[in-house]
Amino acid sequence: MSGALLAWRQFRFERRLFWRNPSAAFFNFMLPLAFLLLVASVFARGDREQLDVLVPGIAGMAVMSTTFTALAFNITFLREQGILKRMRGTPVPAGSYLGGLLASSVMNAAVQVLLVVAIGHWVYGLPWPREPLALAAFTALGVLVFGALGVAFSHAIPNFDSAPAYVNAVFLPAIFISGVFYSASALPGPLEALAAVLPLKHVIDGLAGAIVTGQGPLELPTATLTLLAWAAAGLALAAWSFRWE
Amino acid sequence: MTDTAIAVRDLRKSYGSVEAVRGVSFEVARGEVFGLLGPNGAGKTTTVEILEGHRRRSGGVVRVLGHDPERAEPELRRRLGIVLQGGGFYPRVRVREAVAHFAAMYPSPRDPSETISLVGLEGKEEAFARELSGGQRRRLDLALALVGDPELVFLDEPTTGFDPAARRTAWTAMRSLRELGKTVLLTTHYLEEAQALADRVAIVKDGVLVAQGAPGELGAGRDRYRVSYRSNGSRAEHETDDPTTLLHRLTAEALARGERLEGLEVNRPTLEDVYLELTAEEPVR
Repeated sequence: MSGALLAWRQFRFERRLFWRNPSAAFFNFMLPLAFLLLVASVFARGDREQLDVLVPGIAGMAVMSTTFTALAFNITFLREQGILKRMRGTPVPAGSYLGGLLASSVMNAAVQVLLVVAIGHWVYGLPWPREPLALAAFTALGVLVFGALGVAFSHAIPNFDSAPAYVNAVFLPAIFISGVFYSASALPGPLEALAAVLPLKHVIDGLAGAIVTGQGPLELPTATLTLLAWAAAGLALAAWSFRWE
Repeated sequence: MTDTAIAVRDLRKSYGSVEAVRGVSFEVARGEVFGLLGPNGAGKTTTVEILEGHRRRSGGVVRVLGHDPERAEPELRRRLGIVLQGGGFYPRVRVREAVAHFAAMYPSPRDPSETISLVGLEGKEEAFARELSGGQRRRLDLALALVGDPELVFLDEPTTGFDPAARRTAWTAMRSLRELGKTVLLTTHYLEEAQALADRVAIVKDGVLVAQGAPGELGAGRDRYRVSYRSNGSRAEHETDDPTTLLHRLTAEALARGERLEGLEVNRPTLEDVYLELTAEEPVR
């Protein structure tokens, strides 16, 4: 049996289980969309300038929550329950199993970005993204960075009970300083400087370039290079820290 | 293909300065049910997890179906079924779904429905894993380990925490492994479990094997017999390594007195006696 087929089966299995877990489905699927609708209705009210900040911001937040948050939770749970160890005792190659698992997160991220963009267009009358390829490229970079960091971060979480505290201690500050709800340039200097070295702001800058200003990875070298550096560091950290039990 | 399923020579494993396994050697033949018996912390799980490929050994030679398990080859894992000690599972997966998902990982799996019946979970096919009782969950573990039709099955403390009734049910499922011709390596700290299931038993204490043999022979290896009978309302007991002579003398004396030896019993030490003797703490000097 080929590794790709086993990965595909694992992906299908993960998808089926994903929808059976109401809290995962809520946090991964409903929350970003609810934020978009709420914040847009309360604060933006059809203000094009604010919507141009909010739509890429929420899309970036969705990338982070479907990958970093979801994987940090998931891997902690799978490790604590001994499921990772059990899978390792089967003939499924590690790459196929983890590939299927990660692909499920990637799927959530892609669907979320598309939904956010579609709501921006159909509900708030924004034009379609100007650079669809750049949108795909920055979504992929964001997925790579936050997926790797989520796997790596699960290593720091001692048990599943404490996972929400650990994950939200990173996720909530990140979304508030990275320009999800307002432009990051409106922040006090030190916070803006902090956001500038963290990856989320650059994912959002890239998405904003693709959606709003029509800039691609080459026209946004700071975002692209920062994300590539984070991706390299995140992948190295994830590979180094990964434990089956 | 040889007749040896597992060969372990001078296996050692240290965690930091602690030596959990200190030079263990044994062999398990194909088709044999082999029990590693010992108190908690004796090194049973460490030994089994090295054989399963979950841990790296510090020293010694290990062969599992001709492979070195440390190399984690899928070719070997296709032929193994592993029931981990206290392994959890996805809470929202149905029994049939889980068994079918695992079946698809192996080149020539058993039929999932038949496997579910084999472990006694028929009627629970549509139940979620989290709805199963502890004993049923363990049987699901067994079904997941068996559905790939493995040659060799590892069972690490498969009934720890069970009530006696659940344990008997689990034993029935495990006995069916022998009928299927599987080689089984079982760890347990329940003596009667080793006695009920294993063809041969090795007793582990503090990381070394202190005895091994068939459950009956472990007792027989020591030539101590216990002869007891009722005498004047109390029980008299003698230990001997020559029961023939002792019985001849006792019965002759009784006959001379015109008595009968009421409740006469001649016992060989049971595995339990041997186990308790071998795993007893050293007396403090």
